[in-house]
Parts: sequence; C-alpha cells; structure tokens
Amino acid sequence: MAIIASDRMRDPIIIAPGATSGRYWRDLFRFRSLLGFLAWRDVMVRYKQTAIGVSWAVIRPLLTLGAMWFVGWLFGSTVPKGIPRILLVAAATLPWQLFASAFDGSASSLITNTNLITKVFFPRMVLPLSTVLVSLIDFAIALVILLVLMLLHAYLPGPEVLLMPVFLLLALVAALGAGLFIAALNVKYRDFRYVVPFIIQFGVYVTPVAFSSQDIYGNAAIPEAMKFLYACNPMVAVIDGFRFALFGGDLPIHWPGFITSVAASLVLLGLGIRYFRRTEKGFADTI
Amino acid sequence: MSVPIITAEGLGKKFILHHQQRERYTALRDVIGIKARSLIGRRPTGGSSREFWALKDLSFTIDEGDRVGIVGRNGAGKSTLLKVLSRIVDPTEGRAEIRGRLASLLEVGTGFHPELSGRENIYLNGAILGMSRFEITAKFDEIVDFAEVERFLDTPVKRYSSGMYVRLAFAVAAHLEPEILVVDEVLAVGDAEFQRKCIGKMKEVSSGGRTVLFVSHNMAAIQNLCTSAMYLSHGRLVMKGATHEVVSEYLRSAEKGAEVHLADRPDRQGNGMVRFTDFSLEDERGGPLASAQTGSAVVFRFDLIAQPGKLKNLHLAMGIDDVHGQRILHLSNETTGEIFPDATGCSRVSVHMPRCPLTPGSYGFTLFSRVNGEIADYIFNAGIFHVEAGDFFGTGRLPESDQGAFVTAHHFTIS
Repeated sequence: MAIIASDRMRDPIIIAPGATSGRYWRDLFRFRSLLGFLAWRDVMVRYKQTAIGVSWAVIRPLLTLGAMWFVGWLFGSTVPKGIPRILLVAAATLPWQLFASAFDGSASSLITNTNLITKVFFPRMVLPLSTVLVSLIDFAIALVILLVLMLLHAYLPGPEVLLMPVFLLLALVAALGAGLFIAALNVKYRDFRYVVPFIIQFGVYVTPVAFSSQDIYGNAAIPEAMKFLYACNPMVAVIDGFRFALFGGDLPIHWPGFITSVAASLVLLGLGIRYFRRTEKGFADTI
Repeated sequence: MSVPIITAEGLGKKFILHHQQRERYTALRDVIGIKARSLIGRRPTGGSSREFWALKDLSFTIDEGDRVGIVGRNGAGKSTLLKVLSRIVDPTEGRAEIRGRLASLLEVGTGFHPELSGRENIYLNGAILGMSRFEITAKFDEIVDFAEVERFLDTPVKRYSSGMYVRLAFAVAAHLEPEILVVDEVLAVGDAEFQRKCIGKMKEVSSGGRTVLFVSHNMAAIQNLCTSAMYLSHGRLVMKGATHEVVSEYLRSAEKGAEVHLADRPDRQGNGMVRFTDFSLEDERGGPLASAQTGSAVVFRFDLIAQPGKLKNLHLAMGIDDVHGQRILHLSNETTGEIFPDATGCSRVSVHMPRCPLTPGSYGFTLFSRVNGEIADYIFNAGIFHVEAGDFFGTGRLPESDQGAFVTAHHFTIS
C-alpha cells in the first residue's frame, strides 16, 4: 500500500487548462481493448437487419473491381505482358478501397460517437483508430478475393509479395493522417462532412487505380511539375508499391515519385496528429 | 499525514453562449464571413454571444474514502464539475490533481448499442468505462446477477424494457473497481427497487475504502450515502461540510419558492377579525425553507393582521390536500388542545411538525380561523407547498410514490 501511495503522490493526474498529459500515448495503449471493442461493435452492427448479411463484404469490392477493370479496358491503359488486367486493377482497387473506407470512417468517427465523447473520458484517438481497424477487416476479406482471382489466372507472385505489409502500413498512414485532420475539423465545422466524399470521388481519378503510374512517369508529354504534383498524392506510392509487391520487376517502382509520395504521407500524418492533439481537449465542448 | 485524493484549486469553466445559433458547431461559412468583415474593417456583428461561467473559483479537497454528495439546483455546475474531474472537458482556469484511478458514470448506458445483445453490450460498455476484457469476464456473472437479465442475455437490448436496460447499464458501471467513483444523477431513472439496489451497491463500493462523488437531487439518497457534501450555486462552492448541515442549508436557501402571499386574495370568507397575509415554510430555528422534507422538522408559518381590539378564543386550522384535492390531513389547535383565550397582538402563527410524515410531492392547503366563535378568515385552496424526499427511517428508503401520502414510524416482528 505504501508503495502505491507514494507512487500516487509522485504521479498525480493534473487537470489544468491546456495541460497536455505526458501519459497520452500510455493512456492510448491502456485503452487498446476499447479500441478493439469499438471496431468489433462496428463490424457486428453493420450487417444486422440486412437480408444477405456478410455477403455485402464480398459484393462491394467485387463490384468496384468490375467497374475499374471496365474503365481501364475502355481507355486502353498499359498492361505489361503476362499480367491479367483484372489483377493489375485489383492490386490498385484493394488498397484504394482500404484507404477510402479508413479515411471516410476515421473522418466521421468523432461525430458519430458524440455521446461517448461528451460522457466518457478516453484518448479520443481511439475512435479514428478503431475505424481503421474495421477497414482492415474489410481489406482482409478483399484479399481473399484477390487470392481467388490469382488462382483463377494461375498467377504466382514473386518474393516481392513479402513487402506487401509495408505498403499496407503506408496506406493506413495516409488514411489516418488525412482522417485525423478531417475528424478534428469536423467537430467544429460540419462542412468537412461533405468534403470527404468529394476527396474520395475525385481521388480515384488522380490515383493510378484504373491506369498505372508508368502511364504518367513514362509520358514525355506531361511536364515535370505535373509529375511532381502527381507524386504528392500519398496513395500513388501505396498503389505503386502494391503492384510492385504483386508483379515485381514487371512493374518497377519509380523511386523519385515513390519517395515524394511517402514523404507526403508522413507529413500528412504528422500534421493530422498535431492538429488532432491540439484540438482534442475541446471536443466535448464543441461537438 | 495523508494527501487528499482530489485537490482542486480555483477551478473555473467558461462557456460562450451564442444566442442565435441553433447548433453548437460552427459553419465554416460563418467564420469566413466574420473574417471577411473584419478584413474590410467592420467588426463582426457581435452582441449575440456572452460569457457564462459554469464553474468559478472552485477549491476543495477530498480525502481517500470520503463519500461526497454534491447538491445544487439545475444549472449550478454539478455536472460540469464532474466532467472536469473526469477529464471529459478542459477547465478554463485553475487546476486539479487526482491521485488514483477515476471512473465516472455520468449517464446510464452510454455507448450501449441497441442492435447488440445484452451479453455483447456488457463487454462493450465495460470497455468504454475502462475495464479490460479480463476484468469484465471475471465480473460477468455478478453483473448479470445484479441486473437480473440472465434470460435475455442474447436478446438485442433494443427489445429490453426500459427497466431492464437501466439495470443492465448500472450493473456494468457498479462493478468497476476504481479508486474514485464519480456518479451523476443516475438514480432519477429506474424504480424504487432499482434505486435501493444502486444505493446499496454504492455503499458497498465505498466501504472498501474507495472514494465516491455523487450528484443527486434525491436528498434521501445523499443523506443516506454520503459522509460529507458540497453545495454548489451558480458555479460556486457555497458550502462544504457534514451532509445534514449542507443539505439543510441547501433546502433552506434554495429559493423563496415556498412563500405564498395571501393579503390580496379576494376569494375569502369571514368577518375579517384576522386576515392571513403570508405563508412560508421554516425550519425549527426560523430559517426559511423552499420545501419541507420527509422526516425533518418543518414549521408552517402564517403572518396575519388582526383588527384592533381584543382577540378572544382564537381558533386556527390548516387543511392539507393531496394533488387530487383529497383532504388528507387536518391540523387544528382545537384538536391539539392549545386554546388561545386571549390572542391580542398576535401577528404570526406557527404550526410545528417535528418529523414531516408527508411523502415527496406537492400539497395544497386551506386556511381557516375563528375568533370568538365566528369565522374570521377562510381561504379555500390558499396555496401549495412541496415536500422533498428525506431519510425518515434512517435507511435512505421511502415507499414508492404511489404507495401512500404518509410515512410513520413502525417496526416489524416475526414469531
């Protein structure tokens, strides 16, 4: 008991205006079971009272995949020899869907959990993080679809496939960076609710989902400045990375573009966390 | 020497009230508009917002094992204080130190999801309140037992009755094991049986040496549960001390709501030898009360004006009616045998009731006086007064509101 008492005396919780707790990340870790439970809740609830239930988890990515394949085929984007177009498209659609759902989920995670924010204390970052976890579960299901497609085309990826988790992480960094930023803005300005669908809709056209980065970097008609702008999109590195992981040397990474894109992701995450932490203490007041 | 488990120094919380704003959040359009106006040198059309201090200069300490009741009118800052201590909102000024794990229950059933089953919600709610999966599993049976929902564990809670819902929600929170438990007005929901269980559980919690902060409008519960109390008014700490002193101070100073002016009432009968002018409630020491309290002393005070001259054989009576207008009590100096053969110079009548037997609620009253055999003043339905819950039996329990208008001392034996 004495030890506990002295411990408490040395380390009380301080409540003061703007006091940023040094134990924030420790708290976040302590609330990891809440994170898991919130994700579990979202998954459990999503398909309640639907007629075909979990089948939606398969149908949605399949439909998107079909649409993307059709667009790519229509505009005749480059497909390296020996790679089925559908796999090329899947390698981009899957991470894009992951990004879109993680971004969308985390951006609205605070305003959909208003009751929790105004009544319970926990590190607020638990909410966007839990939605990212939900997206990962969706992604796992989509990955099974990809495996089936590869089996159907009797396609076997090279050792580069082991790098896939790295690019997966990169997609989450990009989604979380943008998501944290918009989530915090959403608390005060509900305008950003309408920005998210726009970014996702528009984003798919500037991201190599229906086409491939080779079409951009290899096209001499596109000015360097535009290529740089293109590379500033964090998802470019993710999708190029995914394609590299699946198809290896057939689709080599364009390094300057890749590094620019990764840097953009990290900057976005840094800014997102900073803004989130700075405004977090006022969430319960303004939401 | 023990260090207080909670220390607060000058805590304050300011809100900005926007009068014409329907939603609390801002639209970007407004911000851009204001910025644009200030760019061209015009000040934003202000005046529609003003500051409001929900808490101001709040300093106190709470020792380990204390059970502290927080009383005050609606809007006095009770809930804001709990939110600040729970770290849900940031204070605007001041500082507090908390030396232990704090769990708060500000609302029953926060985070319950209607589509999930009882079992699933126990885990979810436990996690929201800060329990680990292991802790919840260890407590699971106890929680189910307390909530009495074993048969419905796998039913979605949207199909629960409101009573079951509330029981389950409280059960999860009650099985938290924090060093400091913060509970807002949660007893307002649920029936008497549920409230009894809740208070019992909270006593059990604090008998283990844990600290409890408890907000309630139920004075019986506060008196029964708490070892000390704080009285907040307009965000400031008015008084902190022993529970019964704080509660009676609160009831006394709460409002002047109990005064009824009778001087100008036209609907009266009698020859006017005496006329009732005012009615109010007082405690034994003559301090004003806003309402009577079951089990506590109350004095019904009447001011009156008598015509000059002798006032012989003054007879006074007060009839008390329930909300349905049913006469339930008749207080009279004839029945008590306190006759006043000569009441000359009398300007005040006090009816003393050492332990108010009325159960919480509103009551109407009728006044009657007779001087020397003739009706002097008679006001039918003169006014109403209120009775708040109090700890009549020393158990913190009163019958349910539909179980009679009175309580009386009694005991049971079995053989």
